[in-house]
Amino acid sequence: MGLIDVIISKSLGRDVSPGDIVVVDVDRVYAQDGTAPLVIEVIEKELAVKRLFAADRTYFFIDHSAPAPHVAAATVHKDMRRFSREHGIHLYDVGSGICHQVVIDEGIARPGMIVMGADSHTPTVGALGLFALGVGSTDAAVAIAYGRQWVRVPPTVKVVLSGRPREGVMSKDIILSIIGELGTDGMIGRAVEFHGDALSYLSMDARFTITNMCTEMSAESAIIPLDSVARQWLESRGLTPYRGIDYDPAKSVFVDEVVFEVDKLEPVVAAPPDVDNVVSVDEVEGTEINQVFIGSCTNGRLEDIETAVRILKGKKVHQNVRCIVSPASRRVYIEAFRKGYLQVLAEAGCVIAPPTCGPCVGAHMGLLAEGEVAVATTNRNFPGRMGHKNSKVYLSSPATAAASAIEGKIVNPRKYVLGG
Amino acid sequence: MIRGRCWKLGDNISTDHIISGKYKFSAIDSIEAMLPHVLEEVIPDFYRKVSKGDVIVAGKNFGKGSSREQAPRLLKLVGISAIVAKSYAHIFYRNAINIGLPVIVAQRIPDASETGDVIEIDLERGVVRNLSKGIEEKVSPFPRELAVILEAGGIVEYIRRYGVPPWLRSTG
Repeated sequence: MGLIDVIISKSLGRDVSPGDIVVVDVDRVYAQDGTAPLVIEVIEKELAVKRLFAADRTYFFIDHSAPAPHVAAATVHKDMRRFSREHGIHLYDVGSGICHQVVIDEGIARPGMIVMGADSHTPTVGALGLFALGVGSTDAAVAIAYGRQWVRVPPTVKVVLSGRPREGVMSKDIILSIIGELGTDGMIGRAVEFHGDALSYLSMDARFTITNMCTEMSAESAIIPLDSVARQWLESRGLTPYRGIDYDPAKSVFVDEVVFEVDKLEPVVAAPPDVDNVVSVDEVEGTEINQVFIGSCTNGRLEDIETAVRILKGKKVHQNVRCIVSPASRRVYIEAFRKGYLQVLAEAGCVIAPPTCGPCVGAHMGLLAEGEVAVATTNRNFPGRMGHKNSKVYLSSPATAAASAIEGKIVNPRKYVLGG
Repeated sequence: MIRGRCWKLGDNISTDHIISGKYKFSAIDSIEAMLPHVLEEVIPDFYRKVSKGDVIVAGKNFGKGSSREQAPRLLKLVGISAIVAKSYAHIFYRNAINIGLPVIVAQRIPDASETGDVIEIDLERGVVRNLSKGIEEKVSPFPRELAVILEAGGIVEYIRRYGVPPWLRSTG
């Protein structure tokens, strides 16, 4: 039994085992403007149900094409607002932020919950010690309409992160290195539970990057049990667990256990065309770039922006590079604003964008032309992901992205981080 | 019984391969308008070449990536009657069951099959055959909870028929 099994067991009031198909009360359901239109269509046209059992537990986010880049998106957004109003669904409109970050910021997702999000990066919120499952639109529609949904209890793999990461190595480098080793199908059919002394060096901001990227090795979910770092973070935000879970990992049985020594890692990138094509930054150093994007549900949190600020302060973005920075939520945006970070970045020549998924998913606000190369702190580097099918995306940490923005080519952030 | 012509694909076919985000997030606002772009970077003109009843046979981790449900819906809309792959990303798998598109896990058939072969799937007996190559493979039946959804043609059809999802029917 891993923590996910324990949460499901507690929710059901009986013990479950990996592989069981069980029906759970879904504590929170959410969808975004890429998936919500089909949720609405399924509910109104296909199922034709009038009353939504879980409307008060449902959250809609306008984050993927926000603000609307064209009339089609504006129309979708208008319909989301109409539907939310009619059914009493909580709507987070343009500028609120990326769904996974807002459910963290607003205390919508809390420890011990079972959360379904119509977005593949929903496991992000598992770093709060909850069971987060990404689903499609029909799954979300059925959960919203009936309040319950089936899940297959995933077998859990224990991943132990051991040692203290070196200066310049961020949690993005850790998770990219793991994906590079295990492959994009490395955790297919399984959930990942993180342990190890390295966690004590990783803030909540850093942890959300790790659970977020577990999707890229096809993990069904990712979770980090609450520890003192998480409890202090919850307390500082006035949040409490939704469901008290008595969990002793020492008594847990996992289907597998993998240990990663993170103290030996160096900054890495995932080179195109896939997320497991991971190489050290040194190997691709000097690759000329046209754009840098710092943001997304993967790396658009305050610590990420802080890192970029430390590197870019008093420097200039290279003349051949557009450097776009998008805080992941309004809360992050305001904190970065108050601390003066946005001013430092703007003075360095960055473009400060509103919270949006836009550039990451190739929707808007920084697409790439044919042959262009980007360094992005995002989660996918598939061909054409950020624009033209013959454009290239290197996935990196915010430190590598910021250092590369200064030099106009991929560089190891070491000298900027150590040089202070 | 499902019988159709094979389209052989490799490992790690993502939902971006099936329908690129640039269409999903473009001004194209209907699923029909996305049809010409299905799998276009993997098999040029797939939309024109595919016939009703055809079967996709693929390697591991089929449907990885984005949760976009347009991916299985578009494959069904262009006429794909079933997918046989070594493994599936779980969101794609759930989406396919929900829309009544059989997603079968097999190991030998994907290795042995080529585009153009005739594939036969007997869900009741749990057998997949490549008639062109003369091989067959036993496959695990769907768990009962999912089989009832597939048999109805998808979760929406199930709910239309019985008024509620299967789990509310059996417990209520």
